Amino acid sequence: MSAHALFDTQGPRGRATVRIVTMLSVVAAFALAALVYWQLYRTGQLAPSKWRTFIQPGTLRYFADALRNTALAALGAAAIGLPLGLVLALGRLSRRRWLRLPSTAVIELFRAVPVLLVIYVLMFALPAYGIRLSIYAKLVIPIGLCAAAVLAEVFRAGVLAVPRGQTEAGLAVGLREGLVMRIVVFPQALRMVIPALVAQSVVVVKDTAFGYVVSYPELMQSGKVLVANTNDLIQTYLVITLVYVVVNVLISAFAQRLERRMNRARGMGRVSILARVRRTAIQ
Amino acid sequence: MDVLLRDYSDDFLAGLWLTLQLTGIGFVGAFVVGTVLAVFRISPIPPLRVAGTLYVELFRNVPLVTLLILVVYGLPYAGLNLGFYWSVILSIVAVGAAFACETLRSGINAVSTGQVEAARALGLTFAGICRELVVPQALRTVIGPIVTLFIGILLSSSLAAVVGMRELTATVAYINNREALGLTTFAVAAAIYVALSLGAAGFGSVLERRLRVLR
Repeated sequence: MSAHALFDTQGPRGRATVRIVTMLSVVAAFALAALVYWQLYRTGQLAPSKWRTFIQPGTLRYFADALRNTALAALGAAAIGLPLGLVLALGRLSRRRWLRLPSTAVIELFRAVPVLLVIYVLMFALPAYGIRLSIYAKLVIPIGLCAAAVLAEVFRAGVLAVPRGQTEAGLAVGLREGLVMRIVVFPQALRMVIPALVAQSVVVVKDTAFGYVVSYPELMQSGKVLVANTNDLIQTYLVITLVYVVVNVLISAFAQRLERRMNRARGMGRVSILARVRRTAIQ
Repeated sequence: MDVLLRDYSDDFLAGLWLTLQLTGIGFVGAFVVGTVLAVFRISPIPPLRVAGTLYVELFRNVPLVTLLILVVYGLPYAGLNLGFYWSVILSIVAVGAAFACETLRSGINAVSTGQVEAARALGLTFAGICRELVVPQALRTVIGPIVTLFIGILLSSSLAAVVGMRELTATVAYINNREALGLTTFAVAAAIYVALSLGAAGFGSVLERRLRVLR
């Protein structure tokens, strides 16, 4: 339902109301902005000296390195999450109990456990067993594991969204079950979930902010180091926020474009895995 | 395990209680603010729509850690001292609300246009359509996503540990640092998180079955 169906085109009274509320909300927005500005100004947070760092070439290079490390961490986590998620999804879809039960258990475990807890296990518990990992691994493995659980559900949703007739037709022409999955169902499922996979990478990018905890020099950790030198905490993290928002908005926009294009190509507008497997990783 | 039960059951309970508080208040707050935002985004007032969209795009895309650092350590620089507890809740609500808004909006979008048009043809007002038609149906279709939202907020409450609040995750790390019990402590915490998540999911599916609308 489009939002427009909810209300009629307004008559003169309705238009007047809309106009008044519009004006009130604009005034309220300005008042809020002014309040924030005044509070920041009063406490000296808007002083040019506190922002000058961010146009110096040295700082920009520093942030560029940090962003590269964020990308490296996200790629590393994806390199763990994608294959593992695929294996888990196929395991959960399997008809064999000894594959299905453990896969389901792993998926449910890592969907229900905070990334931070997994990070703490790698940081504090594993060394007791003599397992010492690099900082990069301590960041990337937990994110990858938790992403794998979610991605497994994405893959599974894709496979289940392929019409049953496809499987039946495959079996009818004499293909074995494994082969039906491999050459009939899975290629179609993969195409359908690609936009959702891209959208899910936003979650992975956001999770790399845990570099702050494990001291891997991505954006957040680099911010921490910078603040220790400059003491410009608000400014630094506002800049970092901006970087994250820009990167993630671009990824989301790309995912949406992919999905629109795919739906046009297949002539099916309603099967939206993207909408079904919602991005709800709030962290 | 005995050590855990003997010496640390109080710590565990305190941590769990804090996690539950952050999750509960965070969830209710996110739901309320998210509802307001969803109303903004479907209203006929252009500036409110824009404000809703901007809010969602901002807070859905910023990592909670970043926001947490800004609110907990940054706001005092700007002369606003909320304390750890409310700073963490504010951050969780701010981010959760963006997701709650999108969840609710997807539910509203699932109500068919034909029904709304029929209701309008019968002469129902905007408020009447919302009350009798849209809200009851939308809430039913989003029960599953709302449970997902709840679990997301439960997991995000663990981030309070980053700023040094001793909720469940931080409690476990603290006990581990003192006793070196290996994986046991962490397994207990993981079991609690899984139990809470599965409990919420179970509750959701019961609710879903009870309130199912046949379309």
